[in-house]
Amino acid sequence: MSNGAAEITALTAAEARRALDARELSAIELTRSYLARIDRLDDEIGAYLHVMRDVALSQAETADRRIAAGNSEPMTGIPVALKDVLCTIDAPTTAASRILEGFRPPYDATVVNRLRRQGAVFLGKANTDEFAMGSSNENSAFKPVRNPWHRDRVPGGSSGGPAAAVAAEMAMVSLGSDTGGSIRQPAGFCGVVGLKPTYGRVSRFGLLAFASSLDQIGPFARTVRDAAMVLQAIAGHDPFDATSSPEPSPDYSRALSGDIRGMKIGLAREYTADGMEDGVFAAFNSAIHRFRALGAEIVSIDLPHTEYALPTYYITAPAEASANLARYDGVKYGSVETASTLRETYARTRGKGFGPEVKRRIMLGTYALSSGYYDAYYIKAQKVRTLIKQDFDAAWSKVDAIVAPTSPTVAFPLGARTDDPYQMYLADVFTIPANMAGIPGVAVPCGFSEELPVSLQVLGPAFAEATILRIADAYERTESWAARRPQIAAAG
Amino acid sequence: MPLSREEVEHVASLARLGLTTEELSLMQDQLSSILGHIAVIDQVDTAMISPTAQVGSVSLLLRADVVTASLPRDAVLANAPRQQDGFIEVSAILDVVNEETDS
Repeated sequence: MSNGAAEITALTAAEARRALDARELSAIELTRSYLARIDRLDDEIGAYLHVMRDVALSQAETADRRIAAGNSEPMTGIPVALKDVLCTIDAPTTAASRILEGFRPPYDATVVNRLRRQGAVFLGKANTDEFAMGSSNENSAFKPVRNPWHRDRVPGGSSGGPAAAVAAEMAMVSLGSDTGGSIRQPAGFCGVVGLKPTYGRVSRFGLLAFASSLDQIGPFARTVRDAAMVLQAIAGHDPFDATSSPEPSPDYSRALSGDIRGMKIGLAREYTADGMEDGVFAAFNSAIHRFRALGAEIVSIDLPHTEYALPTYYITAPAEASANLARYDGVKYGSVETASTLRETYARTRGKGFGPEVKRRIMLGTYALSSGYYDAYYIKAQKVRTLIKQDFDAAWSKVDAIVAPTSPTVAFPLGARTDDPYQMYLADVFTIPANMAGIPGVAVPCGFSEELPVSLQVLGPAFAEATILRIADAYERTESWAARRPQIAAAG
Repeated sequence: MPLSREEVEHVASLARLGLTTEELSLMQDQLSSILGHIAVIDQVDTAMISPTAQVGSVSLLLRADVVTASLPRDAVLANAPRQQDGFIEVSAILDVVNEETDS
């Protein structure tokens, strides 16, 4: 069977679960198929910073024994890529930064630990913008990631590696983090499903902190059902993260009924920013017709402070980042540039270790928090954040969920926005508001423009993951987008 | 709003971030431009609005007050660039050693 490996990696996680438990497929066979694809394709894509070959093979053997004993859990034997901002005890964790080159965490992130306990297989650490700061993955200190649909386009960011790995079938599912759109936007650019859970739904313990009031870990997958399966495995309260919620998680897979008749879906006119491409607009409008055809009621709503979300974010996130990244000082871990005084050692270590975008954000954040500017920037941004959250709160009295384009454009060419930081920031204009309000959002493919994927996001009230997954799944069932594969995957 | 060179240098110093002359110039231009875009939030009337620092649960969750194992010292020290006698080694921040040698 010459095409066997390619067929195996085309399976969804749900299909693989069934085949593994039926003993039609072994975890070791599945893992070897993925490792072989990584060997063959990743020089071209750049999705991985570190392949965990030995760990993966050993985990797969253990998974097969567990399945044989009848003790499998949903993630047992499922090959996963982990964004390299998640601490792993058995692999380096760098955040794609020189300052953490060689860092070996002494513990696992809680999400990693939960997947490990379920018997998941870790294929490797996936590429990202340095410290998850970026919208194109071009800020990785080690290498860019190329979009599997078109090698000259970016995969989006910051979780470009996890998104591209799933799109190119170099991972079955993956974990990323979303601070201002870093899961949904690359999911959209790469034509896969990406879920940002509610702030507090998933523990952030062991996630290298970027902006602590915004960061949230979530899955990438090729179907909504697979994303729901991963969320189930990682969600829930964690004593190591005081901001993780004790709210119980419902059974997300059971929510995927395919029936959205009578549901009220909000459409906000503010999500049609200048600069939205015609192809994106057309695909999104077709999707709205589809939601109507599925029996949902489309309701016009207002989110009047949407235009202020992006500038507000670029005060709040850098301010929090400047505090969080103070820990990288060359003393406790990471690279160091020794000088004659401690203060000069800090300055040199950080000056040499951080890349341009990280420096820009540390500077912006430090400025916004500095004496004389704190009220005008930081406090002002926190007040506008209140208004953005209130917009959503008001919307939930009228609708069950909101749909919007994930991004105003399809994946742009590599290098197209690197000279103008604010142009790069605009790539996240539609994803940032959900982070400011702490609400969940799932990005799902909704068509193509210029042979590149277009994506819509379904946003819902806090802890309404079951609702948005149900809507996204119902939509996905009626469209063939999930079945369309990038050439690199189909040819693999 | 344009930032002065002195302001950029001051912020870099606050952030303990060593920047080259070229980086300082680029930072001055880029930060000024970004702050120009951000200034749009001044249009929003927030006189009666309270700030939001955190959107999650407002109640503080406490864990059970029980002793659990900490990370092994060796595991933590393994990443330190310099270590000595089971401690992380840092440069002296006071010039004590030199004073003693001099006297």
